[in-house]
Amino acid sequence: MTTKNTEQTPDGIRGFFVRLGRLDRRWIFLAMGLSIAVPILLGLRFPEVPSPMARATFDAVEDLPEGSLVLLSFDFDPASKAELQPMANALVHHCAAKGHKIVFMALWPLGKQMADQAIKDVLLEFHGGKYTYGTDYVKLGFKAGNEGVIKLMTTNLAEAFPTDAAGTALSNLPLVADIRDLDSFKLVSTVSAGYPGAKEWVQFGRESMKSDAQLTAGSTGVQASQLFPYYPKQLNGLLVAVKGAAEYETLVTEKYPVDRNAGRLEQGRIRMGPQLVAHLLMIALIVLGNIAMIASRGTQGGAR
Amino acid sequence: MNDSDPIGTQPAQRPYSFLWIALFVFGAVGIAANAFIRPEGMARRFAAVTTEERVLVEEVPEKAPEKVPEKVPEKAPEKAPAPAAAGDAGGDAAAPEPAATEPAATEPPAPKRKWVAPTDPGIASGALRRVEGVTPITWETREVLKPTEVEPRKAELVAGGPVRIESSPIDSLGIWIAALLTLFILSFVFRDNPFYKIAESLLIGVSAAYWMVLGFWSTLVPDLLGALAPGFVRANAIPSLPASETPTMDAALAFIPLVLGFMLLWRLAPKGGWISIWPIAFIIGTTAGIRLVGSIEADLMRQISRTMEPLVGFKDGVVNGELIRTFDFWGSVGSVVGVVGVLSVLTYFFFSVDHKGAVGRTARVGIWFLMISFGSAFGLTVMGRITLLLQRFEFLFTDWLGIS
Repeated sequence: MTTKNTEQTPDGIRGFFVRLGRLDRRWIFLAMGLSIAVPILLGLRFPEVPSPMARATFDAVEDLPEGSLVLLSFDFDPASKAELQPMANALVHHCAAKGHKIVFMALWPLGKQMADQAIKDVLLEFHGGKYTYGTDYVKLGFKAGNEGVIKLMTTNLAEAFPTDAAGTALSNLPLVADIRDLDSFKLVSTVSAGYPGAKEWVQFGRESMKSDAQLTAGSTGVQASQLFPYYPKQLNGLLVAVKGAAEYETLVTEKYPVDRNAGRLEQGRIRMGPQLVAHLLMIALIVLGNIAMIASRGTQGGAR
Repeated sequence: MNDSDPIGTQPAQRPYSFLWIALFVFGAVGIAANAFIRPEGMARRFAAVTTEERVLVEEVPEKAPEKVPEKVPEKAPEKAPAPAAAGDAGGDAAAPEPAATEPAATEPPAPKRKWVAPTDPGIASGALRRVEGVTPITWETREVLKPTEVEPRKAELVAGGPVRIESSPIDSLGIWIAALLTLFILSFVFRDNPFYKIAESLLIGVSAAYWMVLGFWSTLVPDLLGALAPGFVRANAIPSLPASETPTMDAALAFIPLVLGFMLLWRLAPKGGWISIWPIAFIIGTTAGIRLVGSIEADLMRQISRTMEPLVGFKDGVVNGELIRTFDFWGSVGSVVGVVGVLSVLTYFFFSVDHKGAVGRTARVGIWFLMISFGSAFGLTVMGRITLLLQRFEFLFTDWLGIS
């Protein structure tokens, strides 16, 4: 809106691209908004083909003996809920469908609320009949201290979490009364939005876990590139952003379908339809923007 | 509209502003129509309210009249007429017996009391009895329902039961506030405006207050005050604060962060700001020490180890029931690309030698690897940001407008 148009604009197709290069950016915002809004309203969806990383995450949970003790760390907050809650829901459903005993914790202050939502929407909704608090699942809640909490858990769980989220001593909760440290868990899975999160679990948790124990992570797109080097040796599975969530949901719900409120386990797949359209628009804009830049070379105020 | 420049540059400013305003008005009218015309209304919420009640009960001691004639003759027939003596001799097994005959002699253990629902089967069976004179506790739990969830839920209701369904204006108000704040923030794409500033200031203020309260209750109270004055904290804040085996040592250790904390706050004083340097140095030193070990182990040693893998890979497979080892083409390609990428990028960052000749060409390859990795990171970031916008649109369409 503030661009000045004082020079002579070339004619023809070159002139079109020159003017395109000066397009008010709010038209682009509008186009991006429509590219997301319309597919949402139309319910646009596409089939998901699981990637090796999503399949590895699935196998890490699936291959454990039934009733194994798993630790799920909710290291994110509402700002990343759009990307991470779908994979967290699918992870909780998968663990519960396999009958694993689940311990929930959070390194982020609002991670506890994210875990509470997954427990309410998935664990108690689909598996409430067989999951009892204290014997089948426990909520440790949030603990301040970042990687220090992980470090402490590698030697003494009760010191890191003397009580559960409601203030009950761990010794009064049968599931965790005898757990000494991180070594007791067959699987540790973090759903992570940044620091502290997946990177810290690899750096401080992985080394003290048993060699046959599994460590998996679900990550936002922003930090995923930092985690790729850890897969598959240090991270047994990795779910990347909403795409990873959609792939994992596909694997989990194909094997363990639910008979009601299935939408709670389809959020990732629902969000991939608008993603595709928005990405196509983004690619088109990048191509057109580059052509416009080339076309404007030599004109006043254009690229050199 | 200016025909010579129809795409929104300066001369066409006014017509396009009009277009944006028209778009805004159109949206506002659409929202209003949606709110008043649609039968379920906008952001309308209901609540399934469950009235919970608990009564105080105590366990009814089991009557054991038949046990007296069995035990007394066996153990001490001569003491049978004296219930007090029988109680002494009988120990725990015979404890309730004398109470039935002569309570003043030996006090039976007090019946165990607990809070249960009035419909607890123990009350009906007689195993539990209500404690007289104690007012029952009642409270309500709420579950928010969307309009589409009301009818199925009503079908499950039992007449006269503890659950009732009612309209929930407070939840509707919450959705309206969230929706308007979302629109306020999104309005920034048009231009900076007072609505955006209001939403931004609210976010900053609420976040700061939330972090302060959270830090106080999750760290200062349990970890610092809980160590310095555990009795006070247990009595006034956290009744379930676990007892320490070494309270004196804990208090002495907690004194160190207390002092460091005060030193840190000294920055706010008009003089002596240098005092805060010491706790900052402590924080930096300990953090560096803790992170150094983890980084060296996980990011350096392990990654070097991962790079030193065979370039030609093989994979095991089963063909006709026989375990065979085959050439892993894509695995080998991945290994070669990994090694070439590491070496070329390291070469690019090796500035002790001029980037000419073979070194320059290798560094050029390294730049390509870096560009591809930056592009990959950018793509993932775009995906994340689009997801955030998508989720807000979902909220607006589904929870607020109710059209998706």
